[in-house]
Amino acid sequence: MGDSATTAMAIGDGNALTVALIVILAFAATSVLALALGRRPAGRPLVYGASAAIAAAGFACGLAALFDAPAARVLPLGLPLIGAHVRLDTLSAFFILVVNLGGVAASLYAIGYGRHEHSPERVQPFFPAFLGAMNLVLVAGDAYTFLFGWELMSLASWAMVVAHDKAADNLRAGFIYIVMATFGTLMLMLAFALLAGSSGAYAFADMAGRPHGALVPAVVLALALVGAGSKAGLVPLHVWLPLAHPAAPSHVSALMSGVMTKVAVYGFIRIVFDLAGPPAWWWGIPVLAAGGITATLGVLQAMLQADIKRVLAFSTIENIGIIFVGLGLALAFKGNGLEAAGALALTAGLFHALNHALFKSLLFFGAGAVLDATGTGDLEKLGGLIHRMPTTSVVMLVGAAAISALPPLNGFASEWLTFQAILLSPELAPWGLKLLVPAVGALLALAAALAAACFVRLYGIGFLGRARSDAAAGAHEVDRWSRGAMIGLATLCVLAGILPGPVIDTLQPVVAPLIGARMPMQSDVAWLSIIPVGESRSSYNGLLVFIFIVISAGLAALLIHRFASRALRRAPAWDCGFPSSDPATQYTASSFAQPIRRVFATGLFRAREQVTLPPPGDLSPARIRLTEDDPAWRLIYTPIGQAVGTLSERANALHHLTIRQYLGIVFAALILLLLVLAIWP
Amino acid sequence: MPQPIFPHLVFDVAHLLAGAMVLISLMMLYQGRLNALIKVFALQAVALAASVAWQAQAQHAPHLYVTAVIAIAFKGVVIPVALHRMVARLGIHRQVETALATGPTMLAGIGLVALALVVMLPVTATSDPLAREDLAFALSVVLLGLLMMVTRRNAVSQIIGFMSLENGLILAAAGARGMPLVVEISVAFSVLIAFIVIGVFLFRIRERFDTVDVDALDRFRGGRA
Repeated sequence: MGDSATTAMAIGDGNALTVALIVILAFAATSVLALALGRRPAGRPLVYGASAAIAAAGFACGLAALFDAPAARVLPLGLPLIGAHVRLDTLSAFFILVVNLGGVAASLYAIGYGRHEHSPERVQPFFPAFLGAMNLVLVAGDAYTFLFGWELMSLASWAMVVAHDKAADNLRAGFIYIVMATFGTLMLMLAFALLAGSSGAYAFADMAGRPHGALVPAVVLALALVGAGSKAGLVPLHVWLPLAHPAAPSHVSALMSGVMTKVAVYGFIRIVFDLAGPPAWWWGIPVLAAGGITATLGVLQAMLQADIKRVLAFSTIENIGIIFVGLGLALAFKGNGLEAAGALALTAGLFHALNHALFKSLLFFGAGAVLDATGTGDLEKLGGLIHRMPTTSVVMLVGAAAISALPPLNGFASEWLTFQAILLSPELAPWGLKLLVPAVGALLALAAALAAACFVRLYGIGFLGRARSDAAAGAHEVDRWSRGAMIGLATLCVLAGILPGPVIDTLQPVVAPLIGARMPMQSDVAWLSIIPVGESRSSYNGLLVFIFIVISAGLAALLIHRFASRALRRAPAWDCGFPSSDPATQYTASSFAQPIRRVFATGLFRAREQVTLPPPGDLSPARIRLTEDDPAWRLIYTPIGQAVGTLSERANALHHLTIRQYLGIVFAALILLLLVLAIWP
Repeated sequence: MPQPIFPHLVFDVAHLLAGAMVLISLMMLYQGRLNALIKVFALQAVALAASVAWQAQAQHAPHLYVTAVIAIAFKGVVIPVALHRMVARLGIHRQVETALATGPTMLAGIGLVALALVVMLPVTATSDPLAREDLAFALSVVLLGLLMMVTRRNAVSQIIGFMSLENGLILAAAGARGMPLVVEISVAFSVLIAFIVIGVFLFRIRERFDTVDVDALDRFRGGRA
């Protein structure tokens, strides 16, 4: 990777765009190759190896373009007379970097993980196509190319979601996914149409240059929030995400959760920050509200799930909420003339996007490893994996700590920056924002605490304790490639956590053109600290925290091993905690979640517990049944589904008309149009 | 070039012939018996041929004479004769049928003619008055043909409605200058082929259902007529 980085640097001067286009072509070619290889065992290392190499080139190209001037080009493809505009500015470059970083990791992981895939020919052709489509979205310079890439991305990922169509519910997940994806694309299409206006200025450069009036940008904001938000997983458009992401094979889940949601974030930033013109003062309000609600509801539901991949999928929703809070703050600050604070907020959002790509991919890889080793993702059947899968357990611990925003890891750094931006909210003039931002901050704090609880649950139940099933007891460590990919991502999580300064500085070329200001240079600060606003207000030194934690933890371990374990102790036969040796006596995932479930979920999610006790004398076990439902389904999607069903039932009558009635309909339509033409002035 | 005796003669005659076509279309609407309907249809073909021939003379476009000859040969003679024989063989020459009563149908027809005029005249305000009037009448004929197809139950009268609709298209095409002969011939032949195909189908339908009332087809399909 280092070598290609230097070559791309050496090419430099706008040629990064050429490299990006070659990367997209190479992904397409790999996809065709995978089709040709079919089921052959050589296909897996070839396809995933090639994907990893191409994604590495893409990563290098993104890194190079981050420090380059924007480049643009028109290709003689796409719609006639319009052509396909491509361009690469710093915003695209940053997201290309994120996408291809996730792509490299997922491809390397898949070289090993894909061995257990029972029908690889259903996944391998779509994997490079998916990566290529995401890159295409990022280099698109006009609405048509953008939407083409966007749809290709949806379709390729959909194909992988339904790859295992025999598994229960996968087809339903795929159906809901494709419906929501199509709906989102429609919203984006409308947004672009409004921005392009009647003159048909479909190139982004023309859109950004046009004056839009007062109403159009507001509608575009709403459409972008719904369109990109449905892809990213904003509540209440998130319903497809916890179904579709876990249904795909784990390396694809990692890409969808860690990377594809970032492409959606890119779409939102591109439309709202770049194309829609300068924000009005209130633009932050809907984004902030959506972000705060998404973060809290996402993590609450993550807490209630029993399946490890579903927990991760709901946690993705939470993190998307945090990112959108950062973006909303940036809009609010920029719209009220506080550019410096806006730069801080946008940096926090982008930093969290990068971090989430890192640790969510890592966690999905770990979940895939667990699935592979035990054959189940049900937390109630896991336990004690730390003894059987030491490497996976350590990297999962890093990932869980990072996503719980524990210092000194990267999740803490970006969430801390977000809170720093929230603390600047008293400088905002409008009272609505003055009141809303602290409320969102409170929601975010609640979400962060719940996320920590959620991952203590995931890790504690899944990896600690004793095995709850034979499958978990017989688990084995995964292959070298998978471990290598996970260790790489865990290392990056730690590095970004203890050295946030360079990352923040790297983000400034992205932030500066969008906000019109940049954060102070962090690499000038002594001792690798970061000072986002001013030294008197706050500073954070990840390295210091890291050293402190290492020393104190080392000392504690030393002391315990030195003085505690050496002494011989005699334990009572009837130990209070564990009277029985049966693993079922352990704390379970649902018992861990019960307090939070009762406090938060009873009203909102209608969480109910039903205990069935056998009659006296009966030896069958007592049963507890937990139910909950998502208000988004209850209040929005089920009624819509019923309405669509009723309408189609009515429209079904159209299939049984007589020939004359069909002719009559055509005739009536013609007459109606002519009447419109006659009445129209 | 000497001053013509009637300066508006070209326009007036074209107007008269096109108007005659609309009138004949309206006449078709209230024909109860199939034989009468076929005769009126033949009459419309004659009017069409006259109209096209007049256009050929007015536009100095000799190829339009070919169109006129095609119209009178096929639609004035071949198709009506074939239809008469078909009706005789099917034994339905005494049938009287309309889905909608004559009065409302005529009123709807008048409304359609008015609509065609209201739509066409403003749209073509800048073009040559000859083409303008022609287009308005042509649209009326097309709409009346469609109305006929919608209101009739019998498959034979639906064919006639379709052919009358096509007459309107030819009228419009002849009015617009520069329509190539190839297009006209191909349109004429496609109509002929459609006629043959529908004719074959008619006999097949008749063989199977013992009637050419299209409602029988719907009953067979389990349609909710």
